[in-house]
Amino acid sequence: MARMAGRRLLAAVPVLLVVTFAVFAVAAASPFDPARVYAGGGAPGTGQDVLDQLRHNLGADRPFAARWWDWLTAALTGDLGVSTTLRQPVAQAIGERIGWSVLLCGTAFAAAVLVGTALGVLAARRRGGLLDRAVTSLAYVLEAAPPFWLGLLAVWFFALKTGALPAGGLTDTGSDTVTAGQVASHLVLPAAVLAVTQLPWFVLYVRQGVGDALDEDPVRGARARGLSERTVLLGHALRSGLLPVLTLIGSRVPELITGALLVETVFSWPGIASATVDAATGVDFPLLAALTVLATAAVLVGNLLSDLLYGLADPRVGFDG
Amino acid sequence: MTARSIRVTAAMVAAGVLATGAAACGKPGGGNGGNGSGGVRDSLVVGIANEPETLSPLLGYGKDGNSKIFDGLLRRGADMKLRPALAASFPKVTDDGRTYTFPLRHGVTFSDGKPFTAEDVVFTYRTILDEKTNNADKGELAAVDKVTARGDDTVVFSLKYPYAPFAERTVLPIVPEHAAKGQDVNTGPFNTKPIGTGPYVLTGWSKGEKLTFKANPDYWGGEPKVKKLTMAIIKDDDVRATRLRSGDLDGAILPPNLVKGFQGDDSKTTITAKTTDFRGVTLPTGNKVTGDTAVRRALDLAVDRDAMVKSLLEGAGRAGYGPVPTDSEWFAKGTERPHDPEKAKKLLDDAGWKPGADGIREKDGERAEFTLWFPAGDKLRQEHALAFASDAKKIGIRAKVQSGTWEVIEPRLKDDAVLAGGGNPADPDFDLYNLLHSSLALDGFNNMAAYKNPEVDKALEEGRRSGDKAVRKAAYDKVQHALADDPGYVFLTHVDHLYVMRDNWKDLTTQVEPHDHGLGAGPWWNVEDWQPKR
Repeated sequence: MARMAGRRLLAAVPVLLVVTFAVFAVAAASPFDPARVYAGGGAPGTGQDVLDQLRHNLGADRPFAARWWDWLTAALTGDLGVSTTLRQPVAQAIGERIGWSVLLCGTAFAAAVLVGTALGVLAARRRGGLLDRAVTSLAYVLEAAPPFWLGLLAVWFFALKTGALPAGGLTDTGSDTVTAGQVASHLVLPAAVLAVTQLPWFVLYVRQGVGDALDEDPVRGARARGLSERTVLLGHALRSGLLPVLTLIGSRVPELITGALLVETVFSWPGIASATVDAATGVDFPLLAALTVLATAAVLVGNLLSDLLYGLADPRVGFDG
Repeated sequence: MTARSIRVTAAMVAAGVLATGAAACGKPGGGNGGNGSGGVRDSLVVGIANEPETLSPLLGYGKDGNSKIFDGLLRRGADMKLRPALAASFPKVTDDGRTYTFPLRHGVTFSDGKPFTAEDVVFTYRTILDEKTNNADKGELAAVDKVTARGDDTVVFSLKYPYAPFAERTVLPIVPEHAAKGQDVNTGPFNTKPIGTGPYVLTGWSKGEKLTFKANPDYWGGEPKVKKLTMAIIKDDDVRATRLRSGDLDGAILPPNLVKGFQGDDSKTTITAKTTDFRGVTLPTGNKVTGDTAVRRALDLAVDRDAMVKSLLEGAGRAGYGPVPTDSEWFAKGTERPHDPEKAKKLLDDAGWKPGADGIREKDGERAEFTLWFPAGDKLRQEHALAFASDAKKIGIRAKVQSGTWEVIEPRLKDDAVLAGGGNPADPDFDLYNLLHSSLALDGFNNMAAYKNPEVDKALEEGRRSGDKAVRKAAYDKVQHALADDPGYVFLTHVDHLYVMRDNWKDLTTQVEPHDHGLGAGPWWNVEDWQPKR
């Protein structure tokens, strides 16, 4: 198990190198001009000389490979460079925001896994039954619903119609101290919306997995031996039915990140996701590269985690990844 | 037994989920930030659409005044007239308009307690003009040659050429040398932790969420009545409207269609800010079609500006005939062009543009068509572009409307038209010179139409050099008349900015707003002077 983790981490190094190089190459090939984005774009008043000077100061007139190499060597010494879109050091920019994104994504993900599993098991218990049909069709509807729209709907209902929950922000808009209670109440809506967008996958996978397991010989054997329905369902069917869910956990990470992007925008959540878009359109190489490393690492760790869990849950699967 | 137990479990789980949901709903939401109804009205929460990248004036923050954290040498009142701020009085202009001498106000301190001196002014201007400073707006100070301090309380600006509107530029905020020096001006901590002499002190900046301020008790203009000020950053228009309705915000900027939803609400007032924020179509001289004066004049007559104001802006705006709005004191009366498609057609007929088989005119084998770009994602510009194309089609000219990012559009400006926007209310020189002077043709975002008219060039120079207002007015009248005869752009509208505010404060006003509206524009431009309604 440790060997597998070690091997995967080693393999991550070339992957990260290639990915960051690709980011620099793609960004350099994009039509976006850092100097123009920096200047705000499109308003008269910024002349060519100022644009040229900005381009030079931002280093945007140098080849991307050289910039990548500079970034890489500096990053290895712990210097992540300076974000041009946020006008502050990258480490500081990420440090200020990432905790809130992790909190939001973590809460939403945990909720999606738990509720998704519960609903999936209930649906699988009686396939074709009323609950199954309700849960399944709801899952398909939610899967098709854009997170942005769900967010607005949630704001409209919970903040406007019932006044039960705050509509956005990390804390009350008028308050400038961050307290746990305030963050908790402000977290409910965005986390719930993000969880709901992730939910269908887990529901459908668990339903399918548990349903199939219920038809398999071991389960039928267990039933025949007169074990209680509860033991059969939770002890046998759920255990083998959960296996696909474990792989799903790893592969859902990228989608979780893009979902967080939209949800953070709707709820003015001060996370890292919104900075990502600005970094991309602003050709903010240092910030973009650091965020790409983070996202890639999240995906790699997610995959590793699901493989490890898979191995633990099913002894037939070894750790030779 | 077994089936039943499952059902019971399911019911319990469902009940549990509902109970948790109910508990969550039951929690005090605390969404009503700012002033609770009936409480002491000493805080204000407003929703704005754009977050500043930096709070450092050295990088361009607050360059048009009203920065809340900072003061400039001068500032503008509701009438847009200048008055002294950190300067003790208006500058003395000598040397034929080339030297501006500002006496400074005594006894002003920065919010960290250190005194404000002439060195701070010198440091601010010199740093902005420094090559290594990434300030995109430094071109606005292009006239400045030297800034020097004379003693502690006098600052002297020497200009490269006589520049009449220079005083308008000195609303630019002054930063403390002791706090901003010795760090990377482009990325240092001063960008997020500013210190100024202004009426408010920054207490927190949660990026992507909000900026919070508290009143500066030692403000030289007196401590503001609104003690706490929050600027919530909400990019999406609908979310902003929703949070305003939920009581989360006291005021917000909104597009016209969302403002309509608040009209039945007695607790809110809608405030309309007049602007110099124009939308217009560039007519590139390099293009065979748009470069033809007959076509330019015909398009200028063919557009139905009043219909655009009515349908695109829902009445919140005015017809525009140039960068100078019709109600400005600088507007040349009599240069309004009526909507007259018949006259436009006749102009084209006379110039030899004859309708072809498909109704599009032709002349010497050239079809009367050109591409009109608008920046992708800008809905208002898209609508203007489509309305323009539809009006042009009625007189037999085809404008092919396309969207793209500025990176795509900019290299094509020489031949293609673009739906441009802009506007700075402070002085006619700011817009007119940049848009029309031939020396700035296709220079970045200046003079995007490559307009070239020697008479206009001469009048523009006269206007910026002369210190005599009557001479300047005559010069700008000349420019506007020339623009009516040979339009370099078809100006369409001036767009009002709309704000919905909770009705808690006395006598709210707005200034004439520029194209950009940052933290300082809006009814809260002078929040430091507000008095609660009793």
